[in-house]
Amino acid sequence: MLHIRDLVVTYGAATALDGVSLDVEAGEMVALVGPNGAGKTTTLNAVSGLVPTASGTIDIGGRSAQVPEGRQMFADMSVDDNLRLGAWTMPRRDRDTERVYAVMPDLRPLRRQRAGLLSGGQQQMVAIGRALMAQPDVLLIDELSLGLAPLIAARLIEHLREINREDGTTILLVEQEVDLAFDLCSRAYVLEAGRVVAEGPTDVLSADPQLAAIYLGAAMTRDGSESP
Amino acid sequence: MSTFLTFLVSGLAVGASFALIGSGFVVVHRVTNVVNFTQGTLTVLGGLVSYSLLSMAIPHGLGELGAVAISAVAGLLVGLVTLSRPGTPAFVALLVTLGLSFLGTAIIILVWGQNPISPPGIEGSLEIAGVGIESQRVLIVVVTLAVFGAMWLFFERTDLGRGMSAAASNPRAARLVGIEIRHMGLAAFAIAGALGGLAGVLIAPTLPLSVYSDLPLALSGFAAAVFGGLSSPGRTLIGALVLGVSGQMVAGYLNGSFQTQLALVMMLVVMIARHRSLTTEEAK
Repeated sequence: MLHIRDLVVTYGAATALDGVSLDVEAGEMVALVGPNGAGKTTTLNAVSGLVPTASGTIDIGGRSAQVPEGRQMFADMSVDDNLRLGAWTMPRRDRDTERVYAVMPDLRPLRRQRAGLLSGGQQQMVAIGRALMAQPDVLLIDELSLGLAPLIAARLIEHLREINREDGTTILLVEQEVDLAFDLCSRAYVLEAGRVVAEGPTDVLSADPQLAAIYLGAAMTRDGSESP
Repeated sequence: MSTFLTFLVSGLAVGASFALIGSGFVVVHRVTNVVNFTQGTLTVLGGLVSYSLLSMAIPHGLGELGAVAISAVAGLLVGLVTLSRPGTPAFVALLVTLGLSFLGTAIIILVWGQNPISPPGIEGSLEIAGVGIESQRVLIVVVTLAVFGAMWLFFERTDLGRGMSAAASNPRAARLVGIEIRHMGLAAFAIAGALGGLAGVLIAPTLPLSVYSDLPLALSGFAAAVFGGLSSPGRTLIGALVLGVSGQMVAGYLNGSFQTQLALVMMLVVMIARHRSLTTEEAK
């Protein structure tokens, strides 16, 4: 479904991605982990066409939509308007927000609320819903749990599991909480300094002591202290 | 009482034209973060084009609409130049529009000269509470209110309007859902041109316009836009009407030369008040 080959992305003199290759098959859920600045967000933005690529190829077997880091609400608009804007490229008849409320019923009573006033977890649901409105074959999610309570993050993970199961939506998840990501995804790529340093089934990766060092590093850079 | 009513209505009419000019500033600033210095020039252009079209025996209505359309195209051209390089900082873009306004001034002088020109408006007057009020002034207020209603519908209900609002609200998210930010910016410039042109078309029959009218008009419109935080058309309308009415009162009862100072004082007061409310918010 999503095939990236030898992708190079540069910001001026800095190389953000230095020959990244990854494959996500249709219906698969794959995690992309690694420390800050490893190039995870850049990878997603390259797939979304937000950053120009220097070389390499990106082959998407359908539509993709991104749930951006920081949720990026249209803060002064209603939840319903946020969702409808997600279907901007779709014909008008395909802008029914009901599908999103069916998947995430918690949003339904909030539909007239201003998105900027919602809690972080609610906003993340809106961000996921907004991406779903584009009826994507591949859902790209950037930092699902960032700034959210673990319980809320776990609920969102369940929503993603359901979306994947019901619609067969392929998911590529960028996530700092490796445990959370590995709980959802069957395979993962570990990125460091713009290169893929490890890949494989999540249960194999999590048993690898060498990789644990990288994960620990990730946890340290995220909140500035060692994780317990 | 009757002089008061006369001042009030002419104040509302002048204020309405400030509101149209000010909302031009607002529309462009919301979507592109650029303060469009050609706004006053576009306003003058509207009035002068309307004069030329009407003197070519083009009937009323059509001539005015043509002038608004040409102003919209001029606004679009300003946008095309200003937004031609992606990533241009807003203050650099502001200087680009300043340069374009000088260019526009030169073109206007070449075509229309430097003398004030007044196209014919609608004739006659209405009797309101025993006082005769020029119909043109009433027309200005009515058309302005209708345009503000239409603008509200446009930004709330139409795809282009929603897209522009989304681009203003969160450009990054707007790009992610596939909205072409640059196209939204260009549409904003075109709308600003139309709004400015309409203000010129409406005001010129009561207030002859020359190439030098652009600064006082733009200044008053900008003061109203600042009152609206450069983001709210509704508050811009209120600010503009207050400014227009108080300007006429000052001119009528005190001295006409104070009018421009009034706009400056209003901007100062608003900016000081806003700065205060911002700093208290930060302190929280």
